Amino acid sequence: MSKVMGERPKALLDVPLHYCPGCTHGIVHRLVAEVIDELGIEGKTVGIASVGCSVFTYNYFGCDMVQAPHGRAPAVATGVKRARPDNVVFTYQGDGDLAAIGMGETVHAAARGENIVAIFINNAIYGMTGGQMAPTTLPGQVTQTTPYGRDTSVAGNPIRVCELLSSVKGVALAQRVTVDSVKNVKAAKKAIKKAFEYQMAGKGYCIIEVVSTCPTNWGMSPADALQWLRDNMLPYYPLGVYKDVGEEGEQ
Amino acid sequence: MADKVLMKGNEAIAEAAIAAGCRHFFGYPITPQTEVAAYMSKRMPKIGGVYLQAESEVASINMVLGAGAAGVRVMTSTSSPGISLMSEGISYIAGSDVPCLIVNVERGGPGLGGIQPSQSDYFQATKATGHGDFHMLVFAPSTVQETVDLISDAFDLGDKYRMPTMILSDGLLGQMMEPVVLPEPKDPTDNKDWAAKGHQGKRPHNVVNSLYIDPKELEDLNFKRFEKYKQIMETEQRAEEYLVDDADIIIVAFGASSRISHSAVDMARKQGIKAGLIRPITLWPFPEKFIKKHVGHAKAFLSVEMNMGQMVEDVKMVVANQKPVHFYGRTGGIVPTPKEVFEQIVKINGGDC
Repeated sequence: MSKVMGERPKALLDVPLHYCPGCTHGIVHRLVAEVIDELGIEGKTVGIASVGCSVFTYNYFGCDMVQAPHGRAPAVATGVKRARPDNVVFTYQGDGDLAAIGMGETVHAAARGENIVAIFINNAIYGMTGGQMAPTTLPGQVTQTTPYGRDTSVAGNPIRVCELLSSVKGVALAQRVTVDSVKNVKAAKKAIKKAFEYQMAGKGYCIIEVVSTCPTNWGMSPADALQWLRDNMLPYYPLGVYKDVGEEGEQ
Repeated sequence: MADKVLMKGNEAIAEAAIAAGCRHFFGYPITPQTEVAAYMSKRMPKIGGVYLQAESEVASINMVLGAGAAGVRVMTSTSSPGISLMSEGISYIAGSDVPCLIVNVERGGPGLGGIQPSQSDYFQATKATGHGDFHMLVFAPSTVQETVDLISDAFDLGDKYRMPTMILSDGLLGQMMEPVVLPEPKDPTDNKDWAAKGHQGKRPHNVVNSLYIDPKELEDLNFKRFEKYKQIMETEQRAEEYLVDDADIIIVAFGASSRISHSAVDMARKQGIKAGLIRPITLWPFPEKFIKKHVGHAKAFLSVEMNMGQMVEDVKMVVANQKPVHFYGRTGGIVPTPKEVFEQIVKINGGDC
């Protein structure tokens, strides 16, 4: 007799995803959906899709969804959460959305201690538009708009979002994870679950930054992309908990 | 009947919205609409509502999008430069079929312009508030009482048609005090079955969205939305007529400039000149019907605006070269006097003054 060892989480709809082979969005989607299932909150969750590769998340998650203008997911999430405080509200944003065009909304939502969760995909590149420099593109990294490598004297420096937000009162949890290995995937899920639990406990703004890959725009195989992530991304963006108000809340 | 109270235009906007059942206000400070936000910040906490000062107009309109998408009555208020910042969000709101109320207490422009009353956002309000094919219902009150009444209608019609609505006020109406009767408080039912408020496991998920990557799907949706606009153009045009039935010279003016034009018409009538006034109350839909029926007997039209000539283009379109259409306007925050407008009437009538 066969035994079911694993199933698609209920909160992830049974539709084909549009992501490129090897892209880590799929893993992160699954983790968010598993957390929603485990907490039994799909019926009261509202997700905010941002602009970028993940724009179509509104077709993938089974909870109610709102699609926000580029960078404005934290403001849209604020509107939903203030209107429906009993709902669980999360944004799903890429690096261009969260840390470039939407940095203002991000910092202010954090400073207000908005009870929302931001799932932040940092893959150091603009995926949807075909591989331009992102606010998190590494020094020297070649992209379509930094063809000679990112020259920080001209194009500025990559922003470490968790470090920056860790100084903001109102942030309950700022943690950087990745999904390059089974161990790290498990740790990422634990962090995402904690963020949702913190929101339900009313602790404030939570951000889980997931250091991710973009094999297509990095021009690498999925396996090479994961290795490049380990060799280049993680030294600049170290994994870890940058802020955690813990059981007691912010003191 | 409710008592009359003396209220400032901007404060009446806030109180009327509360009476209409609005419990969510998101905004950013800008002159000359400040009293709307200040009033809301006092009242909302006392009635279990939400007042939130956003970090920018860009953020506040997107908070409006979020709350509107979640199915509650929501509003923001700002002044001209603020609408420019909100234009992207308004386009998304229209493209997502989310109702909300946006108040523009206009000031002079372009750029930072000035802080005195103006009507120079007519084009922006009625033609191109943001990118893409869409319209908002735009109301132009001319008294504080009418502002109060239109806010209630704006919320109801926004919900009915699932679209953003705008009250186009100006610094003059916002700052003046007039007696008003506030409407009976409404408690709108929480019954928007399309809203993103959690499906509770009882229905498939709702998606509030303006992205349609398939051109055919997007075209079909735009066609459908414009069918709705067509219906609105047929049923929702509003205007007030004053002494137009026998008028030779018909002024078309809205909001603050209509008040001045009203006095100018009285001055002309005293001189034996048959002047009249059509005062558009809806700017979109433009009240074509009210103008069309007078094209036959009127000898000329005069559009009076506090801008360099914007609504006059719509008047010309309706009059369609059958009669001359003149324009008189002051701009930059200057309010025309009744005498100035009267002189224009005399001139059009072929006389000196």
